[in-house]
Amino acid sequence: MTSLLKNSELSLEKADKIVSETLNSCDDGELYVEDTKSETIVLDDNKIKSSNYTSDLGYGFRAVTGDTVAYSHSNEISEKSLKNSSDNLKSTLKNNSGTYNSEIKKTNQKLYKDIDPIESKSMKSKIELLNNMNEYARSKDSSVKQVTASFLAEKKNIEIIRSGGELLSDNRPLVRINMSVMVEKNGRKETGVYGIGGRQDYDEYLKNDNWKKVCDEAFRIANTNIESKPSPAGEMKVVLGPGWPAILIHEAVGHGLEGDFNRKKTSAFHDLVGKKVASKGVTIIDDGTIDNRRGSLNIDDEGTPTERTVLIEDGILKNFMQDRLNARLMNTKSTGNGRRESYKHVVMPRMRNTIMLGGTNTQEEMIKSVDKGIFAVSFGGGQVDITSGKFVFNCTEAYEIINGKVGAPIKGATLIGDGPSSLKEILMVGNDMMLDPGIGTCGKAGQGVPVGVGQPSLLINNMTVGGTQL
Amino acid sequence: MIKDQAYLKKIADICLSKSKKLGSTDASILVQSSVSENINVRNKKLDGSERSENLGVVLTTYLGKKKSSIASSNLKESNLNELVDRCIETMKITPEDEYNSLPDKDLHFSGLKDLDLYDETHLSNEDKINYIKEAEDEAFSNNKIVNTNGSGFGENKSNFLLANSNGFADGYKTSQFTAYCEVVSKSNGSMERDYEYTSKRFYNDILKPKQLGSIAAEHAVKKLNPKKIKSEKISLIFDKRISKNFLSIFASAISSSAIAKGTTFLKDKLNQKVFNTEININDRGDIKKANGSRYFDSEGIGIINLDLIKNGILQDYLIDTYNGKKINRKSNGRASGTTNLYFENGSKTFSELIKSEKKLLYIKETIGHGTNIINGDYSVGASGIMIENGEFSYPVSEITIAGNLNNIFQNITLADDLEFNYSTNSPTMHVEGMIVGGK
Repeated sequence: MTSLLKNSELSLEKADKIVSETLNSCDDGELYVEDTKSETIVLDDNKIKSSNYTSDLGYGFRAVTGDTVAYSHSNEISEKSLKNSSDNLKSTLKNNSGTYNSEIKKTNQKLYKDIDPIESKSMKSKIELLNNMNEYARSKDSSVKQVTASFLAEKKNIEIIRSGGELLSDNRPLVRINMSVMVEKNGRKETGVYGIGGRQDYDEYLKNDNWKKVCDEAFRIANTNIESKPSPAGEMKVVLGPGWPAILIHEAVGHGLEGDFNRKKTSAFHDLVGKKVASKGVTIIDDGTIDNRRGSLNIDDEGTPTERTVLIEDGILKNFMQDRLNARLMNTKSTGNGRRESYKHVVMPRMRNTIMLGGTNTQEEMIKSVDKGIFAVSFGGGQVDITSGKFVFNCTEAYEIINGKVGAPIKGATLIGDGPSSLKEILMVGNDMMLDPGIGTCGKAGQGVPVGVGQPSLLINNMTVGGTQL
Repeated sequence: MIKDQAYLKKIADICLSKSKKLGSTDASILVQSSVSENINVRNKKLDGSERSENLGVVLTTYLGKKKSSIASSNLKESNLNELVDRCIETMKITPEDEYNSLPDKDLHFSGLKDLDLYDETHLSNEDKINYIKEAEDEAFSNNKIVNTNGSGFGENKSNFLLANSNGFADGYKTSQFTAYCEVVSKSNGSMERDYEYTSKRFYNDILKPKQLGSIAAEHAVKKLNPKKIKSEKISLIFDKRISKNFLSIFASAISSSAIAKGTTFLKDKLNQKVFNTEININDRGDIKKANGSRYFDSEGIGIINLDLIKNGILQDYLIDTYNGKKINRKSNGRASGTTNLYFENGSKTFSELIKSEKKLLYIKETIGHGTNIINGDYSVGASGIMIENGEFSYPVSEITIAGNLNNIFQNITLADDLEFNYSTNSPTMHVEGMIVGGK
């Protein structure tokens, strides 16, 4: 294997030596080297507005003892720079000493191919396709007044050098295709946004005219919203559609089950392991091992192989998501959730693909059972306050439900709920589990990482809807 | 150590001359160097330290009306050469865009650099730890504070050079000192978190550690044991840390890119009354030592002060070269967005504002991203404190607040308590008649 350090002024042997010497008296740590190439092409207002190519190479050197983390990163890869970092780590940890835990699981897991999605499709064909998407979306209706389409591709190669010379690596492709359509009718303006992606080449997602479906969906959402009426305000029953609305799960319980918040006892869930936190029939997993998914990883950013972690089983809280630091301090093992945005960021427990498994009810049954409520089909972003447990997400496509029937579309509204109690309010779990189309990015402490979500249709007894209609 | 101008100039020259050699008609380049050191403390104990050294270059090349960009953190000459090659190759096959060009030469910044944006003070890690421990100590002196989410101190120094093939080449150093304290309060089974944050270019201007800790603790304690209220139409008071968000929304709604594309609810509103007549909004880049001050934008265009709203009337947009051409306007130096954006003070005191109605809801935090710039719809999660007869009575949470920005902007009354703590600043704000979603 050729190391990422190959063309740098720092030899692997020298790096090994500095790493081992620095981490000898620490509990844990590693040198993380990352080489990322990325390309973004944006079509906006009928023109290719920008084509940007980024090449980023750098290292992050981490030493951990007890619960103290020392981190130093740089994009100057040289012996001198690494020695400076080493001195910096040593000075932070000068009053602590630990025993290095060299144990790390091995894996042959191959969840995606070692491909370069930037090079595998020519610039010319990418530009041509973006132009086609623009023309196709505008041809759908004369009410389409604005179209923005973009292609993002990335190839991130990482290498982890642990004390003792162990070297772990992963090559991670990622693409994302986004489409936004604005329609204007009778003086009203609405947008529809849709995207797809994952860890394969562009053509896997765009072939068989699949790109037209992306445009169709963005247009459909915008066109639905142009007819929307003001959303009701207050508590009511909510039926969630399958797939992407699972960002509810991500916000309502996902973040609260990350190891760091629970080790620090700042999560509303920290003392609830073994207790009932959701209705019977609700099982939630965080799975890093699904082929080609946006949130999947062969190994996490500490080198631990990812796994399928059961968080909640039939309503009972089973496990938290752990990185090595929090696992060690909580006397358990890393679940392969240690992630970072890049070499410029420290590792934290983060979600991968967070999924609620399917149940037995049909979406039709759910809607039929509601006298007054809303049916939420698609969402924009969400956010949570870990400590109080309050979370929100924004509907981008929703309808009123009146007397068991789906009625008129309603304007985008924020839904707010309480994490620990909202999962107990789940009345029905659908038999139509679906994964999201591959577009999620999760933010935590200023770091964004690609994630996936999935769920079946759900009937929730009670949520507060942030509308304007009393 | 951050790199000096001579080093940055050397990198810029390599890229600019290589681009020219390969046939680009124009080019612009940004070379940046920064060093930041952060200390995190939790429960009065060192939690972590982080040191980062960043170097980066962003190059944009033009061939007539064709354009392409590359960015890299690897500044080895061999890598730079490879990237410039790539940039030129991509540029050649990118379609023309009639609006692509370097900025107008006449608008390039040239003048004195006397705004005091760099403080060379360097704090040792020990000093940083001491500062932030003192803040946490103070927070914990409040007996309802039981935990911290972590508190931190950061020192950032950076230097940059912006250059283009029209002869512009300028740059300068800036510094930023930042501290935050985030604590957890607990009482009767209720657990809440809140924070205080201070960030200034000069170390001497940030909050003293005791102030930081006591304000954070006070915020977190005031949120304990909240109630959920009934859905109703009620007037809201926005705390200063939230009211400034309306300025950020306003700024994105008047960016020339949104105006040119028509994707904003403020399109075609120039010279019209967007706010009520008492409202004035300014954007000034020339305030000494201020967080948002700068000499020129990311295209090298000198910053002029803008009176964006005068007596409620929209006077100007935020314009860069590219989008300016689309709407037949010259750049006003806002390619990097606003500088120091603020509402001028209103005429009421804070106390008059909270006594202006019998019942008011004071909003201290909003969550979610429920702002639609295209049609002005606004709906977010919120928490705060109920005000009854001018007195803060009980905390409120798990509610939503909603309205349309066209109406919200017309119904704003401001207090006279403006402070320049951030780059975007607002006095306390009263908004009449918004819809609260609750029980």
